[in-house]
Amino acid sequence: MSNIEERVKKIVCEQLGVKEEDVKASSSFVDDLGADSLDTVELVMALEEEFETEIPDEDAEKLTTVQEAIDYIIANL
Amino acid sequence: MTKRRVVITGLGSVNPLGLNVADTWRALCAGESGITRIEHFGTEGYATKIGGAVKQFDVTSVMSEKDARKMDLFLQYAMVAAEQAIVDAAFPESLNRDRVGVAVGSGIGGITTIEQNYQQLQSSGPRRVSPFLVPAAVINMASGNIAIRHKLRGPNFAITTACTTGTHNIGYAARTIAYGDADVMIAGGSEMASSPLGVAGFAAARAMSTRNDEPEKASRPWDKDRDGFVLGDGAAVLVLESLEHAQARGATIYAELSGLGMSDDAHHITSPPENGEGARMAMANALNDAGLQPQDIDYINAHGTSTLIGDIAETQAIKDLFGDYVSRLAVSSTKSMTGHLLGAAGALEALITVLAVRDGIAPPTINLDHPAEGCDLDYVPHKARKMDIRAAVSNSFGFGGTNGSLLFRRYDV
Repeated sequence: MSNIEERVKKIVCEQLGVKEEDVKASSSFVDDLGADSLDTVELVMALEEEFETEIPDEDAEKLTTVQEAIDYIIANL
Repeated sequence: MTKRRVVITGLGSVNPLGLNVADTWRALCAGESGITRIEHFGTEGYATKIGGAVKQFDVTSVMSEKDARKMDLFLQYAMVAAEQAIVDAAFPESLNRDRVGVAVGSGIGGITTIEQNYQQLQSSGPRRVSPFLVPAAVINMASGNIAIRHKLRGPNFAITTACTTGTHNIGYAARTIAYGDADVMIAGGSEMASSPLGVAGFAAARAMSTRNDEPEKASRPWDKDRDGFVLGDGAAVLVLESLEHAQARGATIYAELSGLGMSDDAHHITSPPENGEGARMAMANALNDAGLQPQDIDYINAHGTSTLIGDIAETQAIKDLFGDYVSRLAVSSTKSMTGHLLGAAGALEALITVLAVRDGIAPPTINLDHPAEGCDLDYVPHKARKMDIRAAVSNSFGFGGTNGSLLFRRYDV
């Protein structure tokens, strides 16, 4: 599980160009990490690629924080 | 309605000769070539393996690496060139940004981005295509991104006319000021078409030089051994300003932009007619717009791409327009050094013409060892020339037969 958390945070850092220490579980992609709507689409694509899964658009819209992304990946792997 | 006068108050460029205007002008006056072997992709199987790449480009003065990933290189080049030009113009804090517009075009746009996303589409399906494909690739995003970064809320557009793009954007930006729609326009062109697909396409059209073993000698306008143009990358941006506005803030004025002339060959999709009639009309219309006569012009920065037909057509057009006076006219092609920057060519050459007028220096045509038959103008071969330049014309001619000429005058005249 911690492995998944680390991998999600690493992708968030790469995609949004933020520092690791700024990425907390509670961080909101848009409000805290400076993402815009297109950034979040690309972030979800990167998560899909990393975890070899498909995240439907209606689910992707609900992933607004790092923790929500981690929980989603764990629940759907 | 009286036309407002328009002057040039800022310059910026990244191109095969340099990453700023000072280095570029020094290299041009020294007759250096910016053409090298293509290194940014494998050219095995390509007839043409040379080009004018922008060397050691660094975007971080303008944006983070993260933001740069969302922009094709043609947009990054435009952003850096615009930044330089705006800094050069040294606007006061009080600048009314509602009255400042942008007109930076591109001939091709983000072809590299389109290629990469198409590969992604083929290999992984539509859900793997980047959400940034469209904003990273469409042509007017140069003007759009420059406006966003500098909060410029005036007229914003991007004319696309192949190799005449830069000239038309600058010319229409000047009209926008002359008509009163803006006080300042950030105008020019940007291009990064030397992608695997772009080079293959121009090579297939048999338009490019294949002198792969001597890259620096490949672009040789009017020379009998020329064998096509050399593709160059980069951007050039000029700050255009109403004379009144520039004077009121005490701006340093490079030159006055006093004429735009346009026409079309209405002849063939890629070739001009041999008599260069469309080119002659464009130059004549620029003279007319400026209210000048042929004998008022001292220098022409030619389109001069180093193609077989184009070089002769432009020579003929100049002879027809300038008549007996042609013997006193200096004509050079700086594409011999920069290569052909397509949609950025007219902008880079406008910038060069502005400096030629300001400094009284005609940059040379390098590699002109043996002028071809019918090519008998004073092309300023090999070495730059110090000379009196009261006014100068910069020519651009593009696929589709579209022609444009800009006329610049020394400001103190």
